[in-house]
Amino acid sequence: MRRLPVAALGLALGLLFLWLPVLLLAAYAFSDARIPFQWGGFSLRWFAALAANARLIEAALLSLRVACGAATLAVLLGGAIGWVLARRGPFRGRALFGALAGTPLVLPDVVTGLSLLLFFVLLEGITGWPAERGATTILLAHATIGAAYVAVLVQARLAEIAPELEDAARDLGASPPVAFATITLPLLAPSLVAGWLLAFTLSVDDVVVASFVSGPAGTTLPMVVFSMLRLGLTPEVNALAVVILVLAAALLAAGALALRLARRRRGPAI
Amino acid sequence: MALLSLRGLVKRFGDTVALDHLDLDVAPGEFLTLLGGSGSGKSTLLRVVAGFETAESGAVLLEGRDIAAVPPHARPLNMMFQSYALFPHLSVAGNVAYGLKRDDVPRAERDRRVAEALALVRLQGFERRLPYRLSGGQKQRVALARALVKRPRLLLLDEPLGALDANLRERTGFELRALQRETGAAFIMVTHDQNEALALADRVAVLEAGRLVQAGPPRAVYERPATRFVAGFLGGANVLEGQPDGAGGFDCPGLAATLRAEAPVDRGTAACALRPERITLRPSPLAGANASQGVVEEVAFRGDDSLLLVRAAGGALLRVGHAEEDGAPPPRGSTVHLAWEAAAVVPLRG
Repeated sequence: MRRLPVAALGLALGLLFLWLPVLLLAAYAFSDARIPFQWGGFSLRWFAALAANARLIEAALLSLRVACGAATLAVLLGGAIGWVLARRGPFRGRALFGALAGTPLVLPDVVTGLSLLLFFVLLEGITGWPAERGATTILLAHATIGAAYVAVLVQARLAEIAPELEDAARDLGASPPVAFATITLPLLAPSLVAGWLLAFTLSVDDVVVASFVSGPAGTTLPMVVFSMLRLGLTPEVNALAVVILVLAAALLAAGALALRLARRRRGPAI
Repeated sequence: MALLSLRGLVKRFGDTVALDHLDLDVAPGEFLTLLGGSGSGKSTLLRVVAGFETAESGAVLLEGRDIAAVPPHARPLNMMFQSYALFPHLSVAGNVAYGLKRDDVPRAERDRRVAEALALVRLQGFERRLPYRLSGGQKQRVALARALVKRPRLLLLDEPLGALDANLRERTGFELRALQRETGAAFIMVTHDQNEALALADRVAVLEAGRLVQAGPPRAVYERPATRFVAGFLGGANVLEGQPDGAGGFDCPGLAATLRAEAPVDRGTAACALRPERITLRPSPLAGANASQGVVEEVAFRGDDSLLLVRAAGGALLRVGHAEEDGAPPPRGSTVHLAWEAAAVVPLRG
């Protein structure tokens, strides 16, 4: 019996809906025309232009730096929060702490951005730091948001790892730090990597919060692209999109490959 | 000198008392089982000895030295966990080598000792396997090898057979006993299974509500239980309430009979234990002490014998064993005459 074509059609339409805009965007990156979405013959001129656009490149590098820093900070902060929530048992205010730790997940970016801006301004008024908002403030803002995601991931993972494993390690002669480093940390690693990637993506992606907490010194890539939209778009943006797509695809493939190798070596946790 | 001495250990969790002024000695090379129901404090006792819990008062002496202040990783003893607690990201060999690595044992010796330990539990050829690809019995043996590889003089085992199915449990129990003899280590094994406790141990220690109720060789504890709890817990003896009659006997209104032990029953006796298999059925009524009669209420076939529930003349419900070689058990509703020897009557103090 043949499968109903309706399902296949639905799938095709769905995929088309998701990918057609992206495909069009990528295709017109190779167009010679000055105006976006007008075909003027094949050309790589916009890639050349992109390579020469110091402002875009600078913004991209800043974005990467901020995202790396924010993701790393988020893993440290969120890892600690997740560990406390999963392992410290009941303590006074635990529910409140858990709720507060997860708040950035549900708070609209506008609210987060505004509140962080006000906080930084207030902080500057009192302590004189941060003297100038920019890369550092964006990094801190992104780290706090990313930490919430990391905390959730780490807490969930720790709930799966039996605390007895660390007891067993200690019984076999490992001091608590050694037991953590040799048993808990390796088992936690996939969540930490996933959390880092998530925080990284959130940071690279973000316009709203960054716009709030940034100053003249810090303009991230999404902010530049967003401003280009108002000042006049060129297919440079399309070229940029292609570069990002290729990089993201490469990263995803590498990640999937690493995960597969790890699975083969390790298998699921208890 | 005792290898391990526990002196007046007290441990509370909130309002519940897990250990209540507990004293216990373990000799070198001894196989001791800690028997008790859930909540009797037997697992807490192991965790206090291993160092994962701290007793509120009392002392834990290992070879005469108080180790209360010694953290778990510095205590020269090892523990096998009920869940096995195998490290899921390490291979079988990696799990077993873990403790040796912590002691900085050189590579060559480490490899040799890991191989030895795996040979001891018959797991050669599994070195590179990850725990999730092992069966329950194999996991159990990896946990055992991991705990034994450091050659502890004292090994703590928390329900080591609890997660195995019945067939495997008996065989693994014998293996455990052989391993204990081979290594010469003292084993303290926690279990709630009385058969396991009796079969494996040199000495059984029965715990109730954090207190050590009775300790001794399995046969002695089984045959001469000290309290109601031990009598009921081991082999399901009949516990007969009543009071001493002042003339060396024990009046039991539930049986409408007087019990006599081999020695005169003293004034402090609170009850008497009588094992089901020590009660015999008689064709005709018997006069005097140590005899009663009743009506069979239930008959349960158990393979090598049947268990009868007999409602005695005084209202007590007696468990009575009926061996297969004595023919078919009396049917439900029939009246039976019961008798037992004085040696079967065990006075209980509490």
